Amino acid sequence: MSMRLRLDKPWKPLTAEEAERLPGQLGIYQIADATGTVLYIGEAGARSPFGLRSELQSQLAERGAGCQFRVEVNQQYRSRWFELLMVHQHDHGALPPDNAKNPPPVLGRLSPA
Amino acid sequence: MDFEPSEEQQMLIDQVRRFVREEIIPLEAKLDPDASELEPADHKRLVEKTKAMGLFGIDIPKEYGGPDIDIVTRVLLAIEMAQHRAGLYVPCYGTFGGAGLAQIFEANDDQKERYLYPTLRGEKKTFFGLTEPSGGSDPARAIQTKAERKDNGWVLNGAKIFISNADRAQYGIVFARTDASKGRAGITCFIIDTDTPGFHVRRVVHTLRSSHYATELEFKDCWVSDHQVLGEVNKGFAVANDRLTRQRIPYAAGCIGVAIAAHEMAIEWAKMRSTFGEKLANRQAVQWMLVDNEIDIRTAKHFTLEAAEKARRGLPFRVEAGIAKLTASEGGGRVVDRSMQIHGGMGMTKDLPLERWYREMRIRRVGEGPSEVQRMVIAREILGSNLR
Repeated sequence: MSMRLRLDKPWKPLTAEEAERLPGQLGIYQIADATGTVLYIGEAGARSPFGLRSELQSQLAERGAGCQFRVEVNQQYRSRWFELLMVHQHDHGALPPDNAKNPPPVLGRLSPA
Repeated sequence: MDFEPSEEQQMLIDQVRRFVREEIIPLEAKLDPDASELEPADHKRLVEKTKAMGLFGIDIPKEYGGPDIDIVTRVLLAIEMAQHRAGLYVPCYGTFGGAGLAQIFEANDDQKERYLYPTLRGEKKTFFGLTEPSGGSDPARAIQTKAERKDNGWVLNGAKIFISNADRAQYGIVFARTDASKGRAGITCFIIDTDTPGFHVRRVVHTLRSSHYATELEFKDCWVSDHQVLGEVNKGFAVANDRLTRQRIPYAAGCIGVAIAAHEMAIEWAKMRSTFGEKLANRQAVQWMLVDNEIDIRTAKHFTLEAAEKARRGLPFRVEAGIAKLTASEGGGRVVDRSMQIHGGMGMTKDLPLERWYREMRIRRVGEGPSEVQRMVIAREILGSNLR
């Protein structure tokens, strides 16, 4: 039994109200534009003061209105973040544009069945 | 056997200890608590330092440019290198270099040119592909990946699981069954380039080690030439077994290093923290936990150095390596657990490294041969070979 590889939850609008409702837990998230194109895959690690909530609040402050997001609470936030980046790279041939600006030091290759 | 470090060993120990405390721990404090990698610029700078210390590539044999440090000293240094948050699995974030996989030193000249030397130069990374979905503790029977003769080479079909670094490696050492009728005498070791058609890294396997993942591999009509056989056909099990035995000694050393670090934290906390008007250190319940920590650490260190000393002398050390791995992984787990208990609520948080050590140390009782297999190996020895 393996975990779901891709994050395919419905998108939510990135607003102050939605971000406020998020748990303060560790996990990963995706930010997309209004059409659903993934712009960024992020992690809410243990240095995030309020986990996913504060990460998404920072994203909102930085990006302003008009974006969408989805999150996954996950204690294995770090390896799950690497996984989502690799899967995105496999599916789209490149990292999401905002990850490509500052990619992780080493990223592997996946070829999901 | 006298395990008191010599003057020269103590000098090296002090040098590595300073490196961990002055270089690694301050950088680590800025990283995510589950991180396993430094920023590339920091990594490069620290590699230059370990090279200047004459300790880079510490596990590389002298004839291949290693610093010629015996295994007992390497164990003493490995204990030091593990004493930081990421130290159990990524001692000093790899800044002391690695030898790659020991088996590659057994390769023929052509294979050494293509794999060993590029690995030693840091140009190629590798993985070790042994465990399969059918099992890992009993590779002689569990290996179901098949390699069949075709067109002056071999076609591999099958799967591997819990394989570290396969997604980042340029090649790996993969064990496959080449004769279904011969049990352990029907396994061959192959060197597989990761860009070979038919080689796939299918998924990430998430574990307690949130910092690092394993992968699942698939071989689908993956053809390799005869030049990719490492050693002899049908003699791959000895290659795997040798590696598993040797690996148990440094594996034990890492557990001891983390146990020492946890224990030192617990001692400091016990001297500082008061409850009901009394320092924790004055309470018998806490004292006994600290005493048990001390005993677990000393026991594991003794057996690990004993195994290393036998290996250094060229004597059989299979049983000693098993005892070392067993006492260090089980004792280390107990030490971290008690140290968390002494720290109370703080011990459960990601503010301290204890929770990461707790999760990662749990894996050590399974990785590189579970405790039960170590006990089986030791039982065979003390009860005689008729149990095999």
